[in-house]
Amino acid sequence: MDALLLSFKLAACVSAILMIVGMPVAYWLAYSSWRGKFLLESVVALPLVLPPTVLGFYALIAMGPRGPLGKLWIALFGHGMAFTFAGLVFASVLYSFPFAVQPLMVSFEGVDRKLLHASAVLGAGSLRTFWRVILPLSFPGVVTALVLSFAHTLGEFGVVLMVGGNLAGVTRTVSIDIYDHVQSLEYGAANRMALVLMAISFGVLGLVYAVNRRVWTPWSAK
Amino acid sequence: MVGEVKPATLAAHIRKELRSASAPSFVLDISVEVPSGITILFGPSGAGKSTLLDCVAGLTRPEGGRIALDGDALFDSASGIELPPQERRIAYVFQTLALFPHLSAEENVAYGLLDLPVLERESRVADILGAFRVEKLRKQKPGDISGGEKQRIALARSLVTEPRVLLLDEPLTGLDAELKSAIVDDLRSWNAARRIPILYVTHSREEVDALGERVIALENGRVVSTGAPMDVLDAPRRKRLAQAAGFENLLDGTVLDLREADGVMRVRLGETACEIEVPLGYAAVGNRVRVAIRAGDILLAAEQPRGLSARNVLEGRIASLEQRGAMVIARVECGVTFVAHVTPGAVRALELTVGRKVWLVLKTHSCHVVE
Repeated sequence: MDALLLSFKLAACVSAILMIVGMPVAYWLAYSSWRGKFLLESVVALPLVLPPTVLGFYALIAMGPRGPLGKLWIALFGHGMAFTFAGLVFASVLYSFPFAVQPLMVSFEGVDRKLLHASAVLGAGSLRTFWRVILPLSFPGVVTALVLSFAHTLGEFGVVLMVGGNLAGVTRTVSIDIYDHVQSLEYGAANRMALVLMAISFGVLGLVYAVNRRVWTPWSAK
Repeated sequence: MVGEVKPATLAAHIRKELRSASAPSFVLDISVEVPSGITILFGPSGAGKSTLLDCVAGLTRPEGGRIALDGDALFDSASGIELPPQERRIAYVFQTLALFPHLSAEENVAYGLLDLPVLERESRVADILGAFRVEKLRKQKPGDISGGEKQRIALARSLVTEPRVLLLDEPLTGLDAELKSAIVDDLRSWNAARRIPILYVTHSREEVDALGERVIALENGRVVSTGAPMDVLDAPRRKRLAQAAGFENLLDGTVLDLREADGVMRVRLGETACEIEVPLGYAAVGNRVRVAIRAGDILLAAEQPRGLSARNVLEGRIASLEQRGAMVIARVECGVTFVAHVTPGAVRALELTVGRKVWLVLKTHSCHVVE
């Protein structure tokens, strides 16, 4: 049960951070007219194609006592970042980044430009336009981003193993726990955990597709 | 706030290149002055009307030029001034209206007033919804509101901010004539106290007649003429403008003879026996010309008229009658088909029916030689 709680805590932290960090990035990708934009788009999509071990490896190096992030962390908190919950959050944020940014970007791009023009001539600056027009109209994209980054973090394995190791209550998440049970031939325990994870994933994806199909919307779709 | 307002003039002298993947690129190169009151920006689609509005509103940057309201520059390429749209205090009603779909009518209207204290904001929103007669819709979302009422709400949303200039991009398309004139009346009475310049884009001749104070005709990015609607639209020099200007009858003909002393020439229409007298143009006997006649300038008579000053009386039969709002469109076959506009009352009084024999009466100077 510890493992499940830890996984939820990790997924919640990661999704929250991704919303805060992902929104400006998605906004910039959606509206910038810079020609070199494709470069940042590629970087954002990188975790989709890289093996988690590659990402985990570089995250581990960066967080290590000689890595830039690790040094900073030691200076701030007096201990290393690798094999801690914070380290896990950092690596997971990187790994789930495209799952948050891409749905946000697509829905920001989908907002009618005329509405943005209308907002501007009515005196609203970019921040007000974002909060009052873009964000409410991107509601399905925000739900998708939130849910996908939550679900994706919940299910990750490779990155966690690379940067978190397997410390009970600190970095032992559900997926690691299942792996452990299988290694020690405890198939019953592995099955229970696996079923829970599958049920959650199904529920979460059902929610995403329902929102995108506008089964429920906060305003009239006409 | 309203009391101190004095009539202002918007002046725009701009150059803007438009590149597009779908259409050949063209250059908008114009100089216009818009005094207070309604000025109509008229021309075929693609003439650059909306681009001009976008430049004035600050949504598009011109390559060069100056846009100023009285002495106050909004854009000046020479001195590097470019106010963002938020600081121009220019209201813009888009063709698509661009009402925020997730906000109620009231919230849409309040959008431009978010910096005001709540009480003042609420009272101004209530006032303007009343002035445009949509107060009962204040809690509804745009998706649940009908076309004409959406247009009123879009106008209210723009005007409640007390703008210095109002830009309207075909805001009333798709409405019937009655509703259109009711909305225009509301707009006129709103502007009576404020007297701001209003630039009204349309390509409908009907709207020009209804609004008509001043017209700027635009074609291919240039101003082709400016003045009162009659002067601008009734002397077409080019076929495209003639069509856009609502000359319902564009007839090909051959010049039969020139009567220079009378300042007229006779033209045979098509290959028919139908001959009309038109003002003398740059043409020689035997030349092909095109004659433009407005449907509203053609008179219909139930009996052969006599003793008229009009030189052209043509016999024909009614091919069709079609009621369109407060107007009946009659097609009359005289060898060539003429389109004439008559009132429903005239149709009843003359007992006009399809197949009936009628006489068309055309003044010489209602016939314009276009080419």
